[in-house]
Amino acid sequence: MSEITPDVIASHGFTEDEYEEVLRIMGREPNLTELGVFSVMWSEHCSYKSSKKWLKTLPTEAPWVICGPGENAGVIDIGDNQAVIFKMESHNHPSFIEPYQGAATGVGGIMRDVFTMGARPIANLNALRFGAPEHRKTRHLVAGVVAGIGDYGNCMGVPTVGGECEFHASYDGNILVNAMTVGLADAGNIFYSAAAGVGNPVVYVGSKTGRDGIHGATMASAEFCEDSEEKRPTVQVGDPFTEKLLLEACLELMATDAIVAIQDMGAAGLTSSSFEMASKGGVGIEMDLDQVPQREENMTAYEMLLSESQERMLMVLQPGKEKMARAVFEKWELDFAVVGTLTDTGRMVIRHQGEVVADLPIDPLASASPEYNRPWTPTPAAPAISPADVPAPDSLTGVLKTLIGTPDLCSKRWIWEQYDHMVMTDTIGRPGGDAALVRVHGTKKALAMSSDCTPRYCLADPVQGGRQTVAESWRNVTATGATPLAITDNMNFGNPEKPEIMGQFVGCIEGMREACMALDYPVISGNVSLYNETRGTAICPTPTIGGVGLIEDSAKAVDSAFPAEGQAIILIGETRGHLGSSLYLREIAGGEDGAPPPVDLAAERRNGDFVRGLILAGQATACHDLSGGGLAVALAEMAMAGDMGAAIEPANGDLPLHAWLFGEDQARYLLTVGDAESVLAAAAEAGVPAAVIGTTGAKELTLGKNETISVADLKTAHEVWLPGFMAAPDTFE
Amino acid sequence: MKAAVIVFPAATSDRDTKVCLEQSTGKPVHMVWHGDTEIPDVDLIVLPGGFSYGDYLRCGAMASHSPIMKEVKSRAKQGVHVLGICNGFQILCESGLLPGVLMRNAGLKFICKDVDLRVENDTTPFTRGYGKGQAVRIPVSHHDGNYFADDAALEKLEDEGRVAFRYLANPNGSRADIAGILNDKGNVLGMMPHPERLADAQLGGTDGRPMFDALTEALS
Repeated sequence: MSEITPDVIASHGFTEDEYEEVLRIMGREPNLTELGVFSVMWSEHCSYKSSKKWLKTLPTEAPWVICGPGENAGVIDIGDNQAVIFKMESHNHPSFIEPYQGAATGVGGIMRDVFTMGARPIANLNALRFGAPEHRKTRHLVAGVVAGIGDYGNCMGVPTVGGECEFHASYDGNILVNAMTVGLADAGNIFYSAAAGVGNPVVYVGSKTGRDGIHGATMASAEFCEDSEEKRPTVQVGDPFTEKLLLEACLELMATDAIVAIQDMGAAGLTSSSFEMASKGGVGIEMDLDQVPQREENMTAYEMLLSESQERMLMVLQPGKEKMARAVFEKWELDFAVVGTLTDTGRMVIRHQGEVVADLPIDPLASASPEYNRPWTPTPAAPAISPADVPAPDSLTGVLKTLIGTPDLCSKRWIWEQYDHMVMTDTIGRPGGDAALVRVHGTKKALAMSSDCTPRYCLADPVQGGRQTVAESWRNVTATGATPLAITDNMNFGNPEKPEIMGQFVGCIEGMREACMALDYPVISGNVSLYNETRGTAICPTPTIGGVGLIEDSAKAVDSAFPAEGQAIILIGETRGHLGSSLYLREIAGGEDGAPPPVDLAAERRNGDFVRGLILAGQATACHDLSGGGLAVALAEMAMAGDMGAAIEPANGDLPLHAWLFGEDQARYLLTVGDAESVLAAAAEAGVPAAVIGTTGAKELTLGKNETISVADLKTAHEVWLPGFMAAPDTFE
Repeated sequence: MKAAVIVFPAATSDRDTKVCLEQSTGKPVHMVWHGDTEIPDVDLIVLPGGFSYGDYLRCGAMASHSPIMKEVKSRAKQGVHVLGICNGFQILCESGLLPGVLMRNAGLKFICKDVDLRVENDTTPFTRGYGKGQAVRIPVSHHDGNYFADDAALEKLEDEGRVAFRYLANPNGSRADIAGILNDKGNVLGMMPHPERLADAQLGGTDGRPMFDALTEALS
């Protein structure tokens, strides 16, 4: 076995202090296999060592939360003995190196996290952030990531119903691919990962182990550098066909009483799954690597333990159930092997070719892994920008047409038409709206789900940005008529060893915490992706929020399309024309500065609860949340969705009209209603700002005097950018 | 009408098809495993959409050799009605029950969207719920829906009135805008669009439903 030299230690990502701790725990020098296991278990990706101190501050409980963070995914109760299981996870580094396989295996991994708990996945979402369109790699990355996500989810027969896609130069060297899966389970039949029962068999099922993805978790825990693209062998290769068989086989076995515990093999593969299961159950494992199904010859213990081959699961079975379980997996033509036994030693003893190749204590590697309180500095406050200081444009409709055609606001049809978003025939709110709406099969209930983040706000003011991201998720779910229930958070940040980056993380967490508390919107699962930097340049702080809500009677849900002519359009919430860090400022006025809009959480709560009440009472015929691009963009989106215009009578008071139209003040919604008077009266009573700003009808959107644009022109402007960009020839120098 | 749905490994629309058939027939549908060799006594056999064998080798190629396909072919020969949707259409072509082949979409990308079809033949139990020339909206969801047959085969299909559906705006490069075809006896239909996906008003349309209602009426 190789000698443990300082080079070997450094190449495994250990600091000197960390290696000292390894020596202390072991009481001797580790061998290379043991060092590899420490390396992946203590990687940022697996151990959350920089983030866990702060993650613990997030609210994770509510009466409807069955299981919060710490398991493969979070679980909420939706009544009728049904549970919803969901989580979002990043696959950023692999997707940059090899976009197709990186994104595909990201989707495969998050689906396994959900079905390992006993849920059938019923919807996928994804949040994608690419570099500037003019960056030479962007087109290639978009094409590969979208194809990878589509091919994996489509083959699984799980609809991809929503998400977001934005472009910004801060992601040039470090794209973000965040994938979310929502599953449905029987509330009385949820599976956890804590191993139990000394003497019980430890069983490996799924695909064979190969040499792919070795040290993926370690790669995901370091900054990118010049040679990162040479790390392609650390990217896993996906096989959605096998995963579909694995899904069906697992659900078939889960209908019996054979499984004690189950965990998917994701990052750090067999190592991470076995250590986590043993640690949670307070037991030890004796494992024999000769029993592990292998795809390649002469694999070493090191390779088998660190491989991230996909589509694999580790289970602890009830004694005597091996034969029955094997028959299920053989029916689905999958490997099934008893690879170990639970012990009472608290140690992981691994044998290979008759020899003990690793003998490690479990707890110090898993639950007692390092926790750092990294130094952090608060982000300096960005100067407030007064609406009056932002010049007015020549043409408001011209600005609107430009904005809805920008990379961030344009239609993402080119993407979601590559995703099967209809399979399972329960998608009643298709991609493109505020939140996707998916029926709970065979019931009147439906789930609203959305993915949100506004990185430009988080960069300017992490606390307000963190609040806003959670609030926007809550609004998107609310705008369908659903009650928001819980979120999953996917925290994408730069290098936490830099105090200013750690300050962004701490600030975003604080803002999220406040919003989650105020909105009764707990965090039930999540993932942290740090070191999103290339050559020292960090991404914008991007805490992506995946939100899920429930509507008891899906027939009462509304969407954002103008539904009929002659409806009054009501603006809910207060408009102050906030243009700092807005899309208007960036895309029209050419600035990315200024404080982001402040988020008044009490107003969010009051306005949202009021809007939801109207929808459920049948008083609102359409609803749309206001976000990037403000009121004008929201109006345009409602017009395009309904293929119907509107005449707007500006109610801007003292505000410049462009600030009223394009300001990004929070806690706002647009509604269409048949009976405006009763809605205004109810709003006044509830203390909710509300005003009629126009009427639906005709084929044009009129924003004021001499400011008219046809809905057809809006649609062309909205649809043209992304397909045109993707069809343009590559211009490699 | 009694119906069976064949379940291939990585079938994805098997449940959707079952739901839709049960909605029209009011009777439970038999789900038949691809590895079996027998099918219950039924009036309709459906090969559902999906990614049988992961679309490896060539879409539908491996599934066409599944043990159950011998029985499907034998039943089709006896006159039992067989409907292949999407991957089912690909399997029918690969197994020789229908002529031609489904190639990769001309745009090389997976396409999932509603498309408009024109009904070209309204005389079969599959299509008599529609009028000839009627435009119906039914979604497609495929990577390999680009129908190809050589000139002789195409001429025969046209002459015998065996083109059941044509795209009004061709999404995938299919020859002659073909979306669905019949066999020479008219008891086997293969089509790329998914009628089971728009047979429920809450999903945004019901143009798929007349197919299942008409089959139920004709085959009961």
